[in-house]
Amino acid sequence: MSLSAIRAESRPLVITGARIVDPKSGLDAVGSVVVADGLIRDVARGAAPGLPDGATVIEARGKALLPGLIDMRVFVGEPGAEHRETFASAGQAAAAGGVTTIVTMPDTDPVIDDVALVDFIARRARDTAAVNVLPMAALTKGLKGREMTEFGLLGAAGAVGFTDGRHSITNALVLRRALTYARDFGALIMHHPSDPDLVGSGVMNEGETATRLGLPGIPREAEIIMLERDIRIAALTGGRYHAAQISCAASLDVIRRAKKRGLAVSCGVSATHLALNERDVGPYRTFYRLSPPLRDEDDRLAMIEGIADGSIDVIVSSHDPQDVDTKRHPFAEAADGAVGLETLLAAALRLVHNGEASLASVVRALSTRPAELLGLPSGRIAAGAPADLILVDLERPWICEAEKLHSRSKNTPFEGARFEGRVLMTLVGGRTVYKDSEA
Amino acid sequence: MTRENPTLTARPPAFAHRHLLGIEGLTPPEILTLLDLAEEAVDISRQVEKKKAVLRGRTQINLFFEASTRTQSSFELAGKRLGADVMNMSVGSSSVKKGETLIDTAMTLNAMNPDILVVRHHAAGAVHLLAQKVGCSVINAGDGAHEHPTQALLDALTIRRHKGGFGELVVAICGDILHSRVARSNILLLNALGAQVRCVGPSTLLPKALDRLGVEIFTDMKSGLRDADIVMMLRLQRERMDGSFVPSVREYFHFFGLDQEKLAFAKPDALVMHPGPMNRGVEIDSAVADGAQSLIREQVEMGVAVRMAVLEALSAHLPNRPGAA
Repeated sequence: MSLSAIRAESRPLVITGARIVDPKSGLDAVGSVVVADGLIRDVARGAAPGLPDGATVIEARGKALLPGLIDMRVFVGEPGAEHRETFASAGQAAAAGGVTTIVTMPDTDPVIDDVALVDFIARRARDTAAVNVLPMAALTKGLKGREMTEFGLLGAAGAVGFTDGRHSITNALVLRRALTYARDFGALIMHHPSDPDLVGSGVMNEGETATRLGLPGIPREAEIIMLERDIRIAALTGGRYHAAQISCAASLDVIRRAKKRGLAVSCGVSATHLALNERDVGPYRTFYRLSPPLRDEDDRLAMIEGIADGSIDVIVSSHDPQDVDTKRHPFAEAADGAVGLETLLAAALRLVHNGEASLASVVRALSTRPAELLGLPSGRIAAGAPADLILVDLERPWICEAEKLHSRSKNTPFEGARFEGRVLMTLVGGRTVYKDSEA
Repeated sequence: MTRENPTLTARPPAFAHRHLLGIEGLTPPEILTLLDLAEEAVDISRQVEKKKAVLRGRTQINLFFEASTRTQSSFELAGKRLGADVMNMSVGSSSVKKGETLIDTAMTLNAMNPDILVVRHHAAGAVHLLAQKVGCSVINAGDGAHEHPTQALLDALTIRRHKGGFGELVVAICGDILHSRVARSNILLLNALGAQVRCVGPSTLLPKALDRLGVEIFTDMKSGLRDADIVMMLRLQRERMDGSFVPSVREYFHFFGLDQEKLAFAKPDALVMHPGPMNRGVEIDSAVADGAQSLIREQVEMGVAVRMAVLEALSAHLPNRPGAA
């Protein structure tokens, strides 16, 4: 379906008989949703109270209607590496994965550290992407970790937060000033806590697997120590701090303690880290090379616990398209990163199917909490909210095939993986941007 | 039509691999098969007529992404003694800098139809990656800090010729275990054959979870070498002794350099080995290196024999074998 065709859709839409899950309001019941003019007009238990004139009715018995996913960590190749991913291809991948909003990272060429570039992304994404694209701008100019960017002007231009993406701020004073200054604008600072000195030449989790493979390891302390430092600076400054991704059980303890103290601290985990561990690296498979690295099984189980009890706020895809030019190398020389927009929901739903977390807690981490952290009106199913909705068959089995992914890069760690739960339809602002061909 | 069941009539191949990528994945009988073949190669190599024809007409390319004199010449000689046409290619980091990937290089060579590729690369796993992309047999001549299987095999051959076997033997591997592919391959091989393996070195040069590989760990030479039958020294690169992993050469030699005094902690008939090239006065004292207990020169001779054995074992699985279907 072409974008113009999608835009032409303007008739009211009623989805009936679906299990509506909205963690924000605590709703989890069979009901109906009325969509018109891009917004959710009405939400009712049972049948819709009255059908608007000329409404299209979608009978969705046995399916789940969820708020569209909001993915807080997405790397897109545009600008600078369009051969890996564009807003158009990332948008298609997102739509197919049930992600209605992507938050893009500033690690592009050029780096997104200027008002004109934020503006460029907004316009470019509006013209080419099927889903909402919200840029995060660089925290420091050129991602160099030295001088902070114009938080006020960048925020006004549309930046929803500030981060140095894959880069960590090693200078504690820079982070202190950034968090202090950001507080005046209520801006969210997202950081990748990973001490580059402790990481050294490390390429995977330090431990038995790395030792057997003869690969230099990354100790958990590279993450834990920097996270502990960050939390202290957050406490010192009162700024809003978000750890982009954590991967270790001990990091979860750090976050729990900080939250107990009432600090404005939050964190994320990637769906890949919820599903896989370091053993999946197997015989040097570079698609499993990630930053932070896949840790061991105890860490993975701790991350799941964090989602189940809400101490980890968000699940991200950490979608990072890489091509053969960066992945088809010996493990130690390959780039980090894996695509994940299209497997985000299915990988997260494994927790639900395994009885490890409730559907509500998973949806909260995929949509409700990201919206709250970013101050978005979406992430909920309530009258007046944008009609960013996904219809999901929670039970439908499917097998991930890299070649069928919409992303321009095929570096998925889930090639051949069996999933349960498939997106049937994705609405962004009331427009149907994806419809499963078998639905 | 009747057909003989090949599994009943033919002996299963003693070495059923197309590549030799590591000691990992080899069974003890397979290792012993290679050692037995190597014994024959030792005899051949000591004759005036040193040639065998098992690789006649075959092309062997030695593809070295990392400089090496002894391993490369050892493979070259082994191939030539078996009748192969051997070509040496030293690919420095230059073509990598030009943007050509390992895979590109491998595909280029593959198009020249070699039968055997002998590969050394500075990155762990590089040889595995390459083996997936080419059509010929691949031998790992050392990949990063991962494996160096022919070194472990030649060490095992040397040990067996002197000690008769491996059960009950205490082998102390000393020095830079962290960066050593020789250590990893030896740990795997010696454990498989029933020896008791120890690793001795400063903690900065011992990898995490090393004990999970089935070795005992010591951080001082006195207890590590006590009652050892074999003392295997590893090379320590000079750039790792400038304060990054150990403070200085002299401090390292003082605590971990093998001299007569430290060797005296081991059994009186203990034998000393070193994969070479040695740093005399760093990890090993010249008097020990050249002393009566040293097997270091013999290791070099066994190196050629073991590589002949590996080439011969793999030749049974090369395509277009005369007489093969």
